[in-house]
Amino acid sequence: MHTNKLSRAARIEQNWGWFMVAPTIIGLLVLNVWPFIQTIYASFCEHLGFGHYKFIGLGNYVNMFQNAEFWKATGNTLIFCVLTVPVGIFLSLLVAVMLNAKVKFKGGFRTIFFLPMVCAPAAVTMVWRWIFNADYGVLNQIFGTHVKWITDPNVALISCAIVAIWSSIGYDAVLLLSGLQNISKSYYEAASIDGASKITQFFKITLPMVSPTLFVTMIMRLMASIKVYDLIYMMVEETNPALTNVQSLIYLFYRESFVAGSRGSGSAIAVWTVLIIGIATLFQFWGQKKWVNYEI
Amino acid sequence: MNTTSLERSKKTGKIVTYAALIIGSVIMVFPFVWMLLTSSKTVSESMQVPPTIFPNTIMLDNFFEAVKSLPFVNMYTNTILMIIFRVVFAVLFSSMAGYAFAKLQFKGKNLLFGIVLMQMMLPSQIFIIPQYQMVAKLGIANSIAALVFPGLVSAFGTFFLRQAYLGIPNEVAEAAFLDGCNQWQTFTKVMFPLTSSSVAALTVFTAVFAYSDLMWPLVVNSDLKMMTLSSGLATLRGQFSTNFPVLMAGSLLAMLPMVILYLFFQKQFIEGIAMTGGK
Repeated sequence: MHTNKLSRAARIEQNWGWFMVAPTIIGLLVLNVWPFIQTIYASFCEHLGFGHYKFIGLGNYVNMFQNAEFWKATGNTLIFCVLTVPVGIFLSLLVAVMLNAKVKFKGGFRTIFFLPMVCAPAAVTMVWRWIFNADYGVLNQIFGTHVKWITDPNVALISCAIVAIWSSIGYDAVLLLSGLQNISKSYYEAASIDGASKITQFFKITLPMVSPTLFVTMIMRLMASIKVYDLIYMMVEETNPALTNVQSLIYLFYRESFVAGSRGSGSAIAVWTVLIIGIATLFQFWGQKKWVNYEI
Repeated sequence: MNTTSLERSKKTGKIVTYAALIIGSVIMVFPFVWMLLTSSKTVSESMQVPPTIFPNTIMLDNFFEAVKSLPFVNMYTNTILMIIFRVVFAVLFSSMAGYAFAKLQFKGKNLLFGIVLMQMMLPSQIFIIPQYQMVAKLGIANSIAALVFPGLVSAFGTFFLRQAYLGIPNEVAEAAFLDGCNQWQTFTKVMFPLTSSSVAALTVFTAVFAYSDLMWPLVVNSDLKMMTLSSGLATLRGQFSTNFPVLMAGSLLAMLPMVILYLFFQKQFIEGIAMTGGK
């Protein structure tokens, strides 16, 4: 017994460790690791039906890269990110800064801005469809316009972006607010004594100090935007003439895999989306060196 | 700058801040108010030009119509059961694994934690086709089990609760040992209770996430009676494409329980979701 490398107590600890991670690890292996491998394999296969696959090499990818609808969906996803991330983060920061000031009903405002977060996107999108309705929607009635917010191919993606921003402002603002609250008041007091204006204080103190939180929030918003699906699915049904101008990669993935049943090419789209997420993350981490301040 | 002009600029700043916050709040709340107002209108009244703001009569007909076209009782039951099971599994298994990863030494720990991190970095859609095929093979499509299936374990929960356990000093566990607790008792009686705020956050996060999820319930449960509130609403959209009062009534019914819970437990909801940092 004494030759054993681990003491009795350490061996018991090790057994408990394995026992306690076992459910999670077995679950992850079955539910995630194995499916991940299967999806990659399936992306090189043709789906014959009932879960049977035939290996066809790069066929799905060749077809995908020659498919205009696929490139359109990739473009839509990127445009959606460009529309939602900068504007959404800017407005969230604005709300967070205002809520961080000495205002009354701070809690009430926070509750209101956060509200869309606890409502299922399916329910929230329904009312926006009604507000955006071209003939009877309240938006066109207020402004006396006749914009086809949901069916005009040139406008529908912007409408979706508006709903996405509206839905996420409160959430992002709460995250940013927690970053703002960590900034010591003494910085602002010192700056005021030196005669720095509020705007100077924002750019010289607030922005650099909150930049790590801002970075995390931005990454999360970008990830969510690349993966957007439910909102666009609820907003733009398959018979909508604007469909190809709005559908995101994951929407196309859903239609390809579960409506058309071509799980091979569906898997290829999923793999492509993972690649885009990877590239976007790399870019953000590379870019953060230029503006995120970790010195303090 | 003399004091009076400083005072004045401070006052203008205050006014601008309040004005912006109030306008923002109106934009945030308006869709919900409009939903409520429309749900009491007749179809012809909803299509009036210019629109009426307040409905001519307060009526529940649209709610009855929505309940008649969709099995709301089933949808509520399915959603609640799915949430309960997912929360219980996530909290139980993630607490165990989170504790082990944070406090115990065992062979292969880093490799196994790598699996957890990998799952967190990948979008859930990359798993969904094989997961669906498993559900189909097991013959459990159109069931509560199918709804719960991908949420049996939670990589995010494991990661999140590991952080919570890392925040507890080792001395706490050592003291429990000296008092004669074994590993399991140390975990259940001493350590687990100390993570209650993180467990609450994980509960809120898991519940809201499961409730909002649309693609998975849409894929595995095609039977109307087995749908969740989210996927059921997607069906209602197709049925009543132009009858907005009924659509509004249905959407209100679908989101009311969560909104009421939220209004009662705002602090727990907001802090819970902010703490988890989403996914």
